[in-house]
Amino acid sequence: MTVAITGEEIGKKIAEAFPGSIVSSDKGSVVVDSKQLYLIGEFLKNTQGLEFDYLTFLTAVDYIDYFEIVYRLVSLKHNHSLMLKTRCYDRENPVVPSVFNIWRAACYQEREVFDLFGIKFEGHPELKRLLLWDGFKGHPLRRDYL
Amino acid sequence: MSIQTEPFILNIGPQHPSTHGVFRLRVTLDGEVVVNVEPVIGYLHRGIEKLAEGRTYTQNIPFTDRLDYLSSMTNNLAYCLAMEKLADIKVPERAEYIRVIFSEIMRISSHLMAVGFFINDLGAMMTPVLYMWREREKIMDMFEMVSGQRLLYNFMRIGGVSQDIPGEFLPAVKKFVAEMPKYLDEYDQLLAKNEILLVRSKGVGILPKETAISIGASGPVLRASGVKWDIRQLDPYSIYERFDFAIPTGEVGDCYDRYWVRMQEMRQSVRILEQALAQMPEKGEVCASVPQFFRPPRGEAYGYIEAPKGNLGFYIVSDGSIAPYRLHIYPPTLINITALQDMVKGWKVADLIIIFGSIDVVLGEIDR
Repeated sequence: MTVAITGEEIGKKIAEAFPGSIVSSDKGSVVVDSKQLYLIGEFLKNTQGLEFDYLTFLTAVDYIDYFEIVYRLVSLKHNHSLMLKTRCYDRENPVVPSVFNIWRAACYQEREVFDLFGIKFEGHPELKRLLLWDGFKGHPLRRDYL
Repeated sequence: MSIQTEPFILNIGPQHPSTHGVFRLRVTLDGEVVVNVEPVIGYLHRGIEKLAEGRTYTQNIPFTDRLDYLSSMTNNLAYCLAMEKLADIKVPERAEYIRVIFSEIMRISSHLMAVGFFINDLGAMMTPVLYMWREREKIMDMFEMVSGQRLLYNFMRIGGVSQDIPGEFLPAVKKFVAEMPKYLDEYDQLLAKNEILLVRSKGVGILPKETAISIGASGPVLRASGVKWDIRQLDPYSIYERFDFAIPTGEVGDCYDRYWVRMQEMRQSVRILEQALAQMPEKGEVCASVPQFFRPPRGEAYGYIEAPKGNLGFYIVSDGSIAPYRLHIYPPTLINITALQDMVKGWKVADLIIIFGSIDVVLGEIDR
C-alpha cells in the first residue's frame, strides 16, 4: 500500500531545512512558497528517507484569486506519496520555477499547463504550447476564458 | 575528400498508418540515422477537461470512454474511483468483482491490440493482428452483452456499475478464460522464437531504468525497464489485494521486453480472472445509492489505477456543486512518449516506427 504522507508531517521536515517556506499544510497536502520550490524539490528527491524520485502528475487549478500548481510525488523505493502544492498570485504574468531538471516527467506536463493556463515555468528548456496551435489566443482552462 | 552533409528533416504524420492515430513526428535525420525527434500532438484535442467543468459528475463518465478508446472500461473505473474517494462511497461487493473482471478483460483486449500492431509495425502486415482480433472479437461480444456497445461502454457509475450482468455473460467469460492460455501459447509459438521479431526488437530502443523513472513512465514501458511497479499490487485499489498474481518485468528495457511484458501480463490477467470468477458472490447489489444530482463535499481527490497502458489518474476538485470545479486527467501515454527521444537516437527510420509502436499509444488519451 502506498503510504500517503500527510502535509503536516512533511511540512515539518521542509520547514526545518527551509525556514519560512511553508504557506500552509493539512492532512492531504502541503503548500510551499514558489520562490523556494526548486530547492524544496531537490530536497525531497535527494534526502534519505524521502527520496521522491517519481513525479506522477503535475497540473494547475485556477482559484481566481490565485493559481495553485499541484505536484504528486511518489517514492518507488519507499512506496510513499505526497501532494505538493505551490501558489501563484499574479494573473497577468504568472511565473513559477520549473522542476524539469529534477523530474523529467514535468517536460510535457509543464508545457500543457503553460498552454492551458498561461503559467510560465522558469527554467523549462522548451516552453511552448503543447495541445493548441502556436497562434491560439488565450488560455482555455482559466475560469475567465469563455 | 570529405563529402559535405547536412541534417534532413522528415515529417511523419499526422495521417500515417504507423502513428496509430493523428500524431506527428518531426524527425531530424543524418542519412538514415535518427538524430532527434520532436513529437507534435494536439490534433485530437477536444478540450475534455474544460467541457467537464460544465457537466454533472455522471454526465462526465461518457467523456472518459473517449480518452483511451481501446480500454474504455478502465477509464470509467479510474474516474469513478476518484469520485468515490471524494464522497467516501462504499461500492457493493458484487460490483467490485464485476469491475475487476471487466478491467482484466479490458487489459487483455488492449494488450492484444498493442502486441498485434507492434508486430504489424515490424512489417507483418495484418496477419498477426487478425490472429489477435480473433480473441478480441470475443471480448467485444462480451461487452456488447452487458452494455450494448462494442467500443465505448459508459458502463460504470459512481458507486458501482450501471446494471447487473446478464445471464449469458459469466458462461462466456468462463469459456474465454479456459481458452485464452491455449491461444497465448499459440501466439508464443508463432512469435516468441520468430527470427525477424527477435532481430528487429532485441536490443532496439533501450530505455534504461533510471531514465524510465525520471521521465515518470508507467505501465509495461516502466516494467520492461526492470522496475517492479504495478499499482494493482503495490497500492491496491478496488479489491485487487485479494488476488494472487505476479508482476512480470523485463531486463534491459528494449522493444522485445515491452512485447514480452505485455504477453506475460495477459497470462496474469487470466489468473486474476480465474480467481475473481471463483470468488464472485452470486447475487447482490451492483450500485450504491447515489443521488441523480450528485453533490460531493468540497475538497479534492485523486483516483488512479493501473490501466493497460500505465498509470491513469483523475484529479478532481469539487466546490460542492453538481459539476466539477476542475477535472484533470493524467494520461499514461503522454508521459510514456517523453521516452521516445531517448529511445530512438542512433536508430534508423524503420526502427523508429517499431520503437514508437512498442510504447503503445492512443491519441485520444494524449490529446484529451
